[in-house]
Amino acid sequence: MWALRYDPEICRECPSPRCLLQCQYMEMGEEEARGEILKLSRGEDSRVLEKCMTCYGCEEYCPYGNHPYFLICEMREKRGIYTAPRPITNQWINMTQMQGRALIGKVGEVVLSSCLLPSLGTMASTGEIFSQISSSMVFGAEFMCPAVHTHFAKMSVVKERLPQVLDNFRKLGVKRVICLHDECYGTFTTLAKAYGIEVPFEPVYYMDFLLERLEELKPKITPLNITAVYQRPCSNRWIPEKQDVLRRILDLLGVRLLDRNHQGERSLCCGGILRLVGGYKLADEIQRRNIADMADTGADYCIFNCPACQETLGSKVAKAGLKPIHIIDLCKMALGEISQEEE
Amino acid sequence: MGDILGSLREIVGERWVSDRPEELWYYSRDPGVLEPHRPDYVVAPDSVEQVQKIVQLAVREKVPVVPMGNAMALTGLVIPLKGGIVVDMKRMNRILEVNERARYAVVEGGTSQGALKAYLQDHYPHLRHSLPDAPAATTIAANVALHGQGRLTQQYGFNSEMVCGLEVVLPTGEVCRIGSPSLGPYWFSRSHTLPDLSGLFLGWLGTTGIITKVGIRLYPNKKLRDLEIFVTDIPELVPEAIYRLTHLELLEDITAWFQPKPLMFKDNYHVTIYFTGDTEEELEFKRKMVWGCLQEFIDSKDGGFMGVDPLKPQLLEMPQRSVAEFADVPRGGGFEYSGPITLVEHFPKYAEKVVELARKYDLLYSGMARVISGGHAMMFAISFAFNRADRDMMERVKKAMDEATEFALQMGSIPWKPNFMEQRMILEKMDPVTRELIHRIRRLMDPHGIMNPGNWEVQ
Ligand SMILES: Cc1cc2nc3c(=O)[nH]c(=O)nc-3n(C[C@H](O)[C@H](O)[C@H](O)COP(=O)(O)OP(=O)(O)OC[C@H]3O[C@@H](n4cnc5c(N)ncnc54)[C@H](O)[C@@H]3O)c2cc1C
Ligand code: SF4
Ligand code: SF4
Repeated sequence: MWALRYDPEICRECPSPRCLLQCQYMEMGEEEARGEILKLSRGEDSRVLEKCMTCYGCEEYCPYGNHPYFLICEMREKRGIYTAPRPITNQWINMTQMQGRALIGKVGEVVLSSCLLPSLGTMASTGEIFSQISSSMVFGAEFMCPAVHTHFAKMSVVKERLPQVLDNFRKLGVKRVICLHDECYGTFTTLAKAYGIEVPFEPVYYMDFLLERLEELKPKITPLNITAVYQRPCSNRWIPEKQDVLRRILDLLGVRLLDRNHQGERSLCCGGILRLVGGYKLADEIQRRNIADMADTGADYCIFNCPACQETLGSKVAKAGLKPIHIIDLCKMALGEISQEEE
Repeated sequence: MGDILGSLREIVGERWVSDRPEELWYYSRDPGVLEPHRPDYVVAPDSVEQVQKIVQLAVREKVPVVPMGNAMALTGLVIPLKGGIVVDMKRMNRILEVNERARYAVVEGGTSQGALKAYLQDHYPHLRHSLPDAPAATTIAANVALHGQGRLTQQYGFNSEMVCGLEVVLPTGEVCRIGSPSLGPYWFSRSHTLPDLSGLFLGWLGTTGIITKVGIRLYPNKKLRDLEIFVTDIPELVPEAIYRLTHLELLEDITAWFQPKPLMFKDNYHVTIYFTGDTEEELEFKRKMVWGCLQEFIDSKDGGFMGVDPLKPQLLEMPQRSVAEFADVPRGGGFEYSGPITLVEHFPKYAEKVVELARKYDLLYSGMARVISGGHAMMFAISFAFNRADRDMMERVKKAMDEATEFALQMGSIPWKPNFMEQRMILEKMDPVTRELIHRIRRLMDPHGIMNPGNWEVQ
C-alpha cells in the first residue's frame, strides 16, 4: 500500500503552524495550533480530527508541502472516524465505482478528461477552443480522480483507485492528459506525489490549455468588458501555483476580476461537501457569508471553475444578482459562441 | 341474445363501438402479468344517459359490463374476466365545475389526472388536486374506485378520502347521486351527517356501478416546491425518521424507497421529503425543521441528507416518470407492483421481503413506500420490472407477486388494488361475517352479477 510522505520532523522544526492558524473552520491561537499539529504528528488524538471540515486549505497554507490535510485524513480513517454520515460516505464510494461503462473518444497522444462530470464533457465538446481535441475525450469512473473520498476520510479508497485510474490512462497509450477538473490535475500532481505514486503521463491543467488556445484565437476575441468575482474550488488549494493562469485568461477576455475578502487563501467552500460534513447550519452560514461577500463587490458575474461548486451555488448567486458562469463558457462568450443574454 | 352490437351502435353511434379483433385485442389486456381475456364488445359513451342505456342493455342481455379508465391499474382490474362489454370512459372527460372558494372540482367519470392538472394550472394556478404518480392519462374516477394515493395523501389521506360527491350509474341502470349533490347543487360533501354511501363505490373496483361524475377536493397550490432526501443504511431508522417528520405537520409528501441500481442507491434506504412554500423564507423554514428533526441521526452518523441538486428536476416532476423508467430497465416495458397498505413500523420487514423475493426469483426490484395521513399507514410498493417478451420472467414475477400478497396478509396488512386472485386470498382470510356482508351488498346492488364479474366475488 502507498504511504503518505509526511515528515513529523518538519512540523517539529516549523517556525509557525500556518496549517491550522489559517484554518477558517477552527479558531486557534499559535500555541494551540502548534500543540494540535504536533499531537497529530505523533499520531495522537486531536480535536482537529473531529472538527476539520475538509476544505483542503491547510495543504496550501503549509509552506513546506508537508501534507497536513492528508495526514488528518489518514488518521481519521485509522481511527474509524466518519466525517459525513456513514450511508452518505458509502453512497459516494458506490456511485463512483468503476463499472466498465466509461466513454472513450478517438484517443491519440493527447486526451481530454472530463472526469465523472457530464457538464464538463458537454462544455468541452463544442466550440473552437476544443475543436481539435474534443473528439479525444474520456468520461467515466474509470478516469475519475478519486480525491473526493478524502472528504470522507477514505484514503484507502483513494489509494486503491488512483493506481487503477492511472493504469486506465496508461492502457490508452496517452502521453498528455488535459484535466478539465482541477481535482484531477491536483490529484495527478500533488496527491500522487504525496504518496509517491508514479503518473505515467504528463497532466495538463485545462486553464493552461485555455490560455494557450485563447492566445491563438486572440483576433476572434471581443473583450467582454464585464466585472466578475471568482469562486475558487477546494481542489485548487492543491495547485495554488495555477491561480495566476485564471487572471491571465480574464485579462485576455476583458473581464475585470474584483477583489473580495474571501479569495485566494481565504476562499470559502461552496457548501456542497460542507453540508455533508459540517451540517446544514454551517453550510448555510458559509454560503451566506460567501455570497454576501461576492454581492458587496457589485460584480456582474460569478465565475466558477468547478461544476460541482456551480451546481451548489449557481442558483443562489443568481438570486443575489450575479450571473453564474463557468470559465469555459466565459471563454466561449468572448469568442462569440454564446451570447451574454443566453447565459 | 339480441343484436347487442346494433343496440350499442344505436346508443353511442357507429364510431364509438367495436367488436373488431384488433380492437378487442387491445381491450383484453393491461401492462401487468395477468393473462389477457377478450371482451365481446368495447364501447365509448359520451354521456351519463349513454352509460345508463349501456347498463340497461347489459341487464337485459345478461352480459358483463367492465368500466375502464386508462387500464393502468396493472393488476388486470379491467381485463374482462368473463367477456362482455368494456365501457371505455375516456370520452367523458369534461371538467364540469371548479368551486374556487370551497376548493373542489366536479369532473366526469373518464376525466384524466393530466386534464384536471392542466386545467387548474391554466385557470386556478393556486389550486391543485392530489396527483398520483401514475401516467397522466389515468382517470380520476378509477383512481378513487381503487383507493389511489397521490402527492397530497401524506397530508390528507387516500385520494378516495378526498371525494366530495359522486354520481353513479347503478348496476340496475338507475342514476344515483351521493352526498351533498343528492340534496342540492353543491358538491362539497360526500356524506357528512348522512349515512356515508360513498363507501358502496369506493374500493369496489367497478363492481357496484359506473361512476359518471366525481366531486374531488382541491387544495392550495403553493408557488414553490422543494425536497430533501434523508439516507440511512439502517432500515429500522426509516419508521423512526417518518415518525419525527410527520410530527412536524409541515410536509407535502413523504416516500421511503430503496433499489439496488444505479449504484449510488445501493445498500441504503432513502426518505424523500417534499415541502412547499409561497416564499423562499417559507421553504427555508421548512427545510430547517426537516434537518433539525433528524439531527440526532446525523450526529450519530447513522443517517444524513444527500446532495439532491442534480436529481431535483426529475424528482420534482409531477407525475414522476422515474417509475415508468424503472419499468423499462430490463427492456420490454413490463412492470407490476403489489402495494399493501400497512403500518409504517413494518417497513424493515417489507424491505427484507422484497430483497428475498428478488433473489429467489432472480428479478430486478425496487421498494417504495408512500406515507399516508401523517403516518397512520403507508402503501408499500413491491415492484418488479420484466420483459414482456420473456415468458419465464413473467411467470417468476407472478409467483413473486403471489408470495408478496401472502406475506402482506400474514403481516396483517390490506393488499391494494388486488387482482382477482389476490381478492380471493383476502376474502378467504377475512372475518366470515365481513365477507358475508360484502357478498350481500354485492348481490343487493348487482342482482344480475353483471358488473366487472370475477372481482370481489365471494365464491
Ligand atoms: C408508472 C405507474 C405509476 C403509478 N403510480 C400510482 C400512484 O402514485 N398512485 C396510485 O394511486 N396509483 C398509481 N398507479 C396505478 C394506477 O395507474 C392508478 O391507480 C390509476 O389511477 C388507475 O387509473 P386507470 O384510469 O388506468 O384505471 P383502470 O385500470 O382503467 O381502472 C381501475 C379500476 O377502476 C375501475 N373503474 C374505472 N373507471 C371507473 C368508473 N368510471 N366507475 C367505476 N369504476 C371504474 C375499473 O373497473 C378498475 O377496477 C401507477 C401506475 C403506473 C403504471
Ligand atoms: S504542516 Fe506545515 S505549516 Fe503545519 S506545522 Fe507542519 S510544517 Fe508547519
Ligand atoms: S482541511 Fe480545512 S478545515 Fe480541515 S484543518 Fe485543513 S484548513 Fe482546517
